[in-house]
Amino acid sequence: MLDVFMLSRIQFAANITFHILFPTITIALCWLLLFFKLRYSRTGNEAWMAAYRFWVKIFALSFALGVVSGITMSFQFGTNWPGYMETVGNVAGPLLGYEVLTAFFLEATFLGIMLYGTKRVSNRVHTIATGLVAVGTSLSAFWILALNSWMQTPAGFEMRDGVAFPLDWMAIIFNPSMPYRVTHMLLASGLAAAFFVAGVSAYRLLRNDRSEEVRLTLKTGVYLAAMVIPLQIFVGDLHGLNTLEHQPAKIAAMEGVWHTERGAPLQLFALPNEETQSNDYSISIPRGASWILTHSGDGEIKGLNEFAGEHPPVMPVFWGFRVMVGMGMLMLLISWSCSIQLWRRDQVSPLWQRALVAMTFSGWLATLAGWYVTEIGRQPFLVYGVLKTADAVTSTASGNVLFTAVTYVLLYIVLIVAFLHTLFYLARKAVQNDVEPLATTAKEAQL
Amino acid sequence: MSGEAYWLPVIFIALMGLAVLIYAVLDGFDLGVGILLPMGKPDHRHTMIASIGPFWDANETWLVLAVGLLLIAFPSAHSAVLGYLYLPAFFLLLGLILRGVAFDFRAKARADYQNRWDRCFKAGSIIASLAQGYMLGIYVTGFSGGLLAVGFGLLSAVCVTAAYAFVGACWLILKAEGDLQRWAAGRAKITAILMIVGIVAVSAVNPFMSSEVFDKWFSLPQALLLLLIPFVCAILFVTLFVYLRHFPYDNDFGSWVPFASAVGIFVLCFLALAYSYFPYVVPGKLTIWEAASAPESLRFILYGAAIVLPSIIAYTIFMYRIFRGKAQALSYY
Repeated sequence: MLDVFMLSRIQFAANITFHILFPTITIALCWLLLFFKLRYSRTGNEAWMAAYRFWVKIFALSFALGVVSGITMSFQFGTNWPGYMETVGNVAGPLLGYEVLTAFFLEATFLGIMLYGTKRVSNRVHTIATGLVAVGTSLSAFWILALNSWMQTPAGFEMRDGVAFPLDWMAIIFNPSMPYRVTHMLLASGLAAAFFVAGVSAYRLLRNDRSEEVRLTLKTGVYLAAMVIPLQIFVGDLHGLNTLEHQPAKIAAMEGVWHTERGAPLQLFALPNEETQSNDYSISIPRGASWILTHSGDGEIKGLNEFAGEHPPVMPVFWGFRVMVGMGMLMLLISWSCSIQLWRRDQVSPLWQRALVAMTFSGWLATLAGWYVTEIGRQPFLVYGVLKTADAVTSTASGNVLFTAVTYVLLYIVLIVAFLHTLFYLARKAVQNDVEPLATTAKEAQL
Repeated sequence: MSGEAYWLPVIFIALMGLAVLIYAVLDGFDLGVGILLPMGKPDHRHTMIASIGPFWDANETWLVLAVGLLLIAFPSAHSAVLGYLYLPAFFLLLGLILRGVAFDFRAKARADYQNRWDRCFKAGSIIASLAQGYMLGIYVTGFSGGLLAVGFGLLSAVCVTAAYAFVGACWLILKAEGDLQRWAAGRAKITAILMIVGIVAVSAVNPFMSSEVFDKWFSLPQALLLLLIPFVCAILFVTLFVYLRHFPYDNDFGSWVPFASAVGIFVLCFLALAYSYFPYVVPGKLTIWEAASAPESLRFILYGAAIVLPSIIAYTIFMYRIFRGKAQALSYY
């Protein structure tokens, strides 16, 4: 029988897993919508407005799913993790408060104008509304990632009688891992939205959609992905080095380093074994991990043995990291191949169109894998070095939590199926087989 | 206690109260429209949903702010309240999720799924309202438990749902025309009667559940001043019924009257409840000063709120002005 602690963790994990899917798309998709809108205002090409109209529907749907699952989380802090706010509420509260005040109202209010206001306001006001929603979604990401980063690398506070008190708000907000995490997540959103847009556009192309709009959005998605992925690999590396400095136990789990060693190998494949404290079926590159993390083949990597009883479960962190990096490599390969084809022939071959369709949700997979690494990698702590997850949990009856956890999971499964169903239904409905492609202007070809 | 340590919690409970009040009115009307949604009349359904389309998302954000302020300013009360109300809070969220997603899916899914999503929207609105009412009822009894408290919670659940349906109907009188407007006027009458029953019942029961509340209301001289609250409330109800009696009027005369009365009634009910329980944040258990977070945290968020809150109110008014007038069919372009 699962206890309240495990049930609450499963429930929160299910909730945040479902939730993060939607902001991951909407943060960057809103900027893309602004881009479509600005291109339309600049060129007068109706195809850009058609792209806006198609994607704004998907944006609205994703946004709604993000909002309702986000509200759920703000309640769960109280219902399932009372110890969290009681211990670090003085720090976490204001950061959450600023998110509500500066971001939530901005997005929610101007979303109404963005979605339904085209007939009631001028084109300019509508464009500004779209821009403000984009600013709101990004601000929201900033505040919540500042808080999450503080939970990973707490700074600027002191503990008095077991309660955290703020000393320096700048140090709290700009804590050591915050710049890396915010950048990493915003780029992740850029990649997720880029592959999402490119994938759905390729799906429409494969159904013989002849509209100009779908060619423009495919190009936008592919080029955006190709530009962002090298940046993301670079930032990801910096983020990893920052984690090595502040959360070495997480790095040890990511790399499967059980005992502190010099010249640690890079594990390409392995099954970490908690019982034997070693990796089974390991395929590795000698000295690889030391090279990547210390930029020296001889560098020392702290092993899990240094954090006895206080290190995270190795298997999910180890494999989450490999899934994320693997997706990143695939993204690099596919976005660059498609970009080269677009550059040379202004189109992507049907085989690569299929590859793009297969990659539609690659951003989701990589983002989830990355968050699993960073969140499971912080265990057994809720706030690293300050508060253990087990000490924050509710004393509510486990029957209650079992009931709510099961219902949430079922509900989220239904909603994700409905979302995917509706997404591809909208894509099929939008397909225009009989439209002759319009000649693009020279301006358009440059994009 | 003096200075900052005294005033900051007072300011924050006032801000939280303001957020709760704005939430109750704004999300109240869109929940109410959902509660009233007639499954047999598809045309009415489209107009009704169109009348709340641009607003509901921002309206719901006031709940996030209210819960957020509770969490920021009174973290131990946040844990106590939500821990005690674990299951009702879950049903509230379930209702909000159902109606939030149904709203967006209905316009995009295949036409034959629309009825199903509309049913979700109605069910979600009802579940969320009942849950809120139940939570409010249990909250004001100070989580004393027992059959009496549960009974009071159920009474409160029905009253709050009726109140939301009432303000929703008044909103429709303002935003709709013709058939739907007349239909809404009928609903406003029924729900207003239910709401009066609720207000009278809560007012009668409340003072007898706590001697502190009794003393606050029935000791002289303030009792004379306090009589104003039920008195003005009664005037508003009378105005409403007089107006609705001869409804509809030519040229849409006074279609704002029912909604304005409803807002007035909400404000008075809120003031009465707030007066009854101040300075408790958990009635009878935890005062705002006992539950407050550190002054340095409250100060930090107060600076921001002082700048941001007025601009939120300004752009909210701007948005309501853009979408003023009768509801039109929703379209994305």
